[in-house]
Amino acid sequence: MNVGFLYSQIRADEKLLLTELRSRGHDILKIDVRKHQFSIKSPSPDFKDLDIVIDRCIAQSQSKFASMFFDSYDIPIVNKPAIVERCSDKIKTSLLLTKAGIPTPETTVAFSTESALETIESIGYPCVIKPVVGSWGRLMAKIDNRTAAEAIVEHKATLGHYEHKIFYIQKFINKPNRDIRVVAADGNPIAAMTRTSTHWLTNAAKGAQSAAYEIPDDVASLVEQASKAVGGGLLGVDLMELEEGGFTVHEINPGTEFKALNECVDVDVPSHIINWIESLVHKKGDIK
Amino acid sequence: MVNTTCVECGSELTISDDVESGEILDCDDCGIELEVISVDPVELSTAPELEEDWGE
Repeated sequence: MNVGFLYSQIRADEKLLLTELRSRGHDILKIDVRKHQFSIKSPSPDFKDLDIVIDRCIAQSQSKFASMFFDSYDIPIVNKPAIVERCSDKIKTSLLLTKAGIPTPETTVAFSTESALETIESIGYPCVIKPVVGSWGRLMAKIDNRTAAEAIVEHKATLGHYEHKIFYIQKFINKPNRDIRVVAADGNPIAAMTRTSTHWLTNAAKGAQSAAYEIPDDVASLVEQASKAVGGGLLGVDLMELEEGGFTVHEINPGTEFKALNECVDVDVPSHIINWIESLVHKKGDIK
Repeated sequence: MVNTTCVECGSELTISDDVESGEILDCDDCGIELEVISVDPVELSTAPELEEDWGE
């Protein structure tokens, strides 16, 4: 097949995918999002023979907008722009998960510093404040008391970007020093890992230790439902174990990284991802 | 393997033959992230700084 590989940087994850694609003899057009232009009228002639585009842009804004163009050109893209939009915006994700009846941390959004402080006091300490758009645990804050709340809210209000004045406040989940990342394609789990840290943030990007995780049926079911709620696609679904039992889905990543996962499980993750992408093109009936 | 130098500290770097345009590498000496801007010949630049919307 002819694969467009949309990127801004090639990290280990992208290299694993490119290596897998080449090993299967697929033709690859590398599309550096920083170097191409995207017309609203018609696609670049470079794109005319593409069967599918794999979006691996590191910037969520680039993914969100560049994927819209391929979708508009009727060139299939993984992930579809609607999925990127729903998952890269924590408010949209939380609303969709709640509407679908999927357990997710109790969340309230406030639009002024006064309202944010009222919300924090109402949720109680500790609670968590997160940027609406963001990743890798960046700018996430666990708030333990009123003094910290006042400082964090004031800092956010003066950071500059309007999105920091949208206060996404969540009940703190006292998880057992780890969370769970499941990489899934259209709701079907490919592999999963736990990410363990003594820090409350258990992102791999923050140095958490990864270990293979055998997916129980209830987690698989939640992943399937969460994927369906946002429109499917290739996703990294993050869950936390609750003290009272059960799980809560706290994040869905539309540009999921999988290098750490691939290193700790027996599953060949890039191979499974490419199998799924091939199946999408086969379904469309025009694999080359 | 391909030999080149870090554009930040000038130390020698040995890079795998299968290096990709756009690939991010670390300099073992100064620790800076480097981006491969071309592969034939290999040219490096300092990698872009982290942006607020980067991530998964």
